[in-house]
Amino acid sequence: MAHSYTPGLAVADRTVIKRRRLLPLPGTLLVKIGDRVRSHQTVARAELPGKVYPVNLANQLSIAPDEIKEYLVKKEGDTVAKDEILAENKPLIKWFKTEIRSPVAGTIESLSEVTGQVLLREPPRVLNLLAYIDGTIVETIPRQGVLVEATCSLVQGIFGIGGEVWGELQVAVASPDEPLGPGHLKPDMKGKIVVGGSFLPAETMARAKELGIAGLVVGGIHDKDLRALLGYDLGVAITGSEQVGFTLILTEGFGTIPMASKTFRLLSAHNGQKASISGSTQIRAGVIRPEIIIPRSAVTTDAPAEGERTGIRLGDAVRIIRDPLFGKIGEVSALPSDLARIPTESDVRVLEVTFADGARAVIPRTNIEVIEG
Amino acid sequence: MTSASSVPPTFDRRPVNVIVATDCGSTTTKAILIEKIGDEYRQTYRGEAPTTVEAPFEDVTRGVLNAIAEIEELSQRKILDGERIITPCRDAKTGVDIYISTSSAGGGLQMMVTGVVQNMTGESAQRAALGAGAIVIDVLASNDGRLPHEKIERIRSMRPDMILMSGGTDGGAVTHVVEMADYIAAAEPRPRFGLTYKLPLIYAGNKDAQTQVRKILGEKTALEVTDNIRPVLEKENLAPARNKIHDLFLEHVMQQAPGYKKLIEMTGAPIMPTPAAVGLIMETIAKREHLNLIGVDIGGATTDVFSVFEGVFNRTVSANLGMSYSISNVLAEAGLANIMRWVPFTIDEQTLRNRIKNKMIRPTTIPQTLDELQIEHAIAREALRLALIHHKSLATSLKGVQQERTISDVFEQQTSGRTLIDMRKLDLIVGSGGILSHAPRRIQSMLMMIDAYEPLGFTMLSVDSIFMMPHLGVLSTINEKAATDVFVRDCMIYLGTCVAPIGQGKDGEPCAEYQIVFDDGRTVKDRLLFGDLKPYSLEAGSKAKVTVHPVKSVDAGAGPGASMTRDVQGGVVGLLFDGRGRPFQLPAEPSARVAALNKWYRAVDLYPKG
Repeated sequence: MAHSYTPGLAVADRTVIKRRRLLPLPGTLLVKIGDRVRSHQTVARAELPGKVYPVNLANQLSIAPDEIKEYLVKKEGDTVAKDEILAENKPLIKWFKTEIRSPVAGTIESLSEVTGQVLLREPPRVLNLLAYIDGTIVETIPRQGVLVEATCSLVQGIFGIGGEVWGELQVAVASPDEPLGPGHLKPDMKGKIVVGGSFLPAETMARAKELGIAGLVVGGIHDKDLRALLGYDLGVAITGSEQVGFTLILTEGFGTIPMASKTFRLLSAHNGQKASISGSTQIRAGVIRPEIIIPRSAVTTDAPAEGERTGIRLGDAVRIIRDPLFGKIGEVSALPSDLARIPTESDVRVLEVTFADGARAVIPRTNIEVIEG
Repeated sequence: MTSASSVPPTFDRRPVNVIVATDCGSTTTKAILIEKIGDEYRQTYRGEAPTTVEAPFEDVTRGVLNAIAEIEELSQRKILDGERIITPCRDAKTGVDIYISTSSAGGGLQMMVTGVVQNMTGESAQRAALGAGAIVIDVLASNDGRLPHEKIERIRSMRPDMILMSGGTDGGAVTHVVEMADYIAAAEPRPRFGLTYKLPLIYAGNKDAQTQVRKILGEKTALEVTDNIRPVLEKENLAPARNKIHDLFLEHVMQQAPGYKKLIEMTGAPIMPTPAAVGLIMETIAKREHLNLIGVDIGGATTDVFSVFEGVFNRTVSANLGMSYSISNVLAEAGLANIMRWVPFTIDEQTLRNRIKNKMIRPTTIPQTLDELQIEHAIAREALRLALIHHKSLATSLKGVQQERTISDVFEQQTSGRTLIDMRKLDLIVGSGGILSHAPRRIQSMLMMIDAYEPLGFTMLSVDSIFMMPHLGVLSTINEKAATDVFVRDCMIYLGTCVAPIGQGKDGEPCAEYQIVFDDGRTVKDRLLFGDLKPYSLEAGSKAKVTVHPVKSVDAGAGPGASMTRDVQGGVVGLLFDGRGRPFQLPAEPSARVAALNKWYRAVDLYPKG
């Protein structure tokens, strides 16, 4: 009966990951297989055709549609700046002169002597697809995107909001149980990913926004602060496109919960290094968890592929993920096979956890997660 | 609202004596072993394991094997040979004759809807999706201010389970609708997992654009075209799109999960969506007993409600209400105050909110302390209540059928047909799903259902013993005798009968006088005051004759002030006289509310004394 357990989130010092990067529209790839890329590097580019603006010259100049060519200052295919003259009449008295100016910057796409219209097209909007992580291109998908592989340290969060950002990792607290107060945030943290401890209060969120901090990684927050930050009550955990000024990743959950010491140690060990993070979370079948990726050199060969765990074992490090001991970390010290009665009067499968101070607790197996990595 | 299509299974006709069945729920995979003992089939062992839709497994069959491994350990029967289920039985202790399964592992329904004008067709589409019990994760509209690539990116990153496209009135311009179809096509929407099916997309916009939408999206999606939800500007026609969403969800989305293809290969009969299997059981109960029935299966991501009134079966899936993945949505839909009203102690808002969110992000956990259990029971009451409201809104008589109206109807005319759910005619409530089947005390299930549904007059209640209705539903398609045997002997637990006079009054005021004549001739006479909750033991299988004499303003089922006599059935809880008022009355002031809850909970011995 070692099968009923919740697999934990990855906290790996060295692992190999792959991330698929796809353009929203067909475009051009700027890299090839084997290229080393940086997170902020453009790996593919697409052009979104500019908007079309019709300008009816015939009406505005009070001329016949087939006469517009005579009044045009520009011709088909020419570029025009905003407010540049497109067409004008040539009256005998200057006072009666009419000039038609371009409402937008762009090119003259076409003109019609039937309708008397000129179609202007704004310049194409360039969409750059960035690599997101430092790594190597291992696959290309023609006109669509690439697969980037990286050797890295990987920490998965339990919940996050906001999209992909990267920056220098800066641990701002001394211990995993120290809350991240507004005083911990300094102006030189602009554009960085700041790691806090057990809790992120609303005032610190406001300060982070003010300072332009790229990302925050903490143990927990209050749901009411999340609600205030988002402006609505989150019904299901599907996030990633929020724009609240920074990307936020929770490693433990809601409330004040010290960050798991293994996670804190790993992040502290990489203090000052570059990291890429994404707050995107989807908790439903086909789960997506937020992630912190710290690139490592790929020279050593000890980057393990993720091994498959077959069950929970004595000695495994586990985190309790439900009250009353929510957030506490210990070791599995017994795996009784019989059902045990818990205070709710339910008979469930349990295990015994021993904490660092020697205290023991009996916990339902579904209420722990194995600390992976 | 139609029943899901269940393909008649093909299987060989070897004797089936040992059956292993699983239900892959969104949160937990439940396995049961059924064995033929003598001439009858009995459910003998049970195992469960978290559903494995998360990394590192991302394969629903892993949870199945884990749950079956638990049965192996308990039964000492060898069922698994590595990752294979041994079929047929090799000897008395090896293998099973068939493995069958139901699935709702895909979880809730998260939809994207599109329209041309955000606050017109966009909103209509949103209403249609919400009415079908979906969670709307975004509304895309031609005028929503987002650039085309942003819309495309959004469709890709949100990974909706289904898309509803609307836009334009019939006969109006088609440009914007076609443009939106182009964006969706460019996004190449794919289902969240597996490539075994195409993403369902419903087109319910300008009918003049149907041909072009078919051309653009017909190949890339599982396109279904239905009536325009906004045929003319001032008319909204949501029912066809809403029903289509509901049907497609059941048929194509709900049962899907990572590893689903592998699961199909493992089973000896077609996998049924859980609500279809439970619906079969509910329908069978109602028809066999000639009862009007409401059934509910409350899961982690969805709450399914079934009803049979005057022989008409209806089923709804509220894919936004559940006790794990969708728990936070129950909070969002019901509001904090409605959940708090059932909690028998004071708890600050912040703590309660954090606890609910923690369950949302760690959906497989269970309450370990009494207060956590009481909070989950409070949330379950609201999920059950909201799901019944949803069911009532969809289980209606046909729209367009002329209904005779009285003068009183003028004040509450219903635009989309009259609901078929008549609580006065309700005979039986059947509960299923983890929170009801695994409530540590049966009275907890009974009171949750009474509080959520507020049954009127005399109503029987029952519960699925250990949550096996889905398993028996699929079993009934291959071996009806086995399903019936197990259902009667091991599955259906009669809780008892609730007697709830209709009317309101101040606490302590008389509500009714009653007399209970038990089978053995023993007679009890007592008074029911408003605010009372009085239980009487009446064993399962026993009957009693109950006569209620309500006060003048109160109706016991025969009209205000009229006496009513009924034969009632017992159950593991017995008889419960509910004087808490119909509609249900709960003090508004927090300390009075907590005191009232505690008084009621103590009266029925709801929780252990802590």
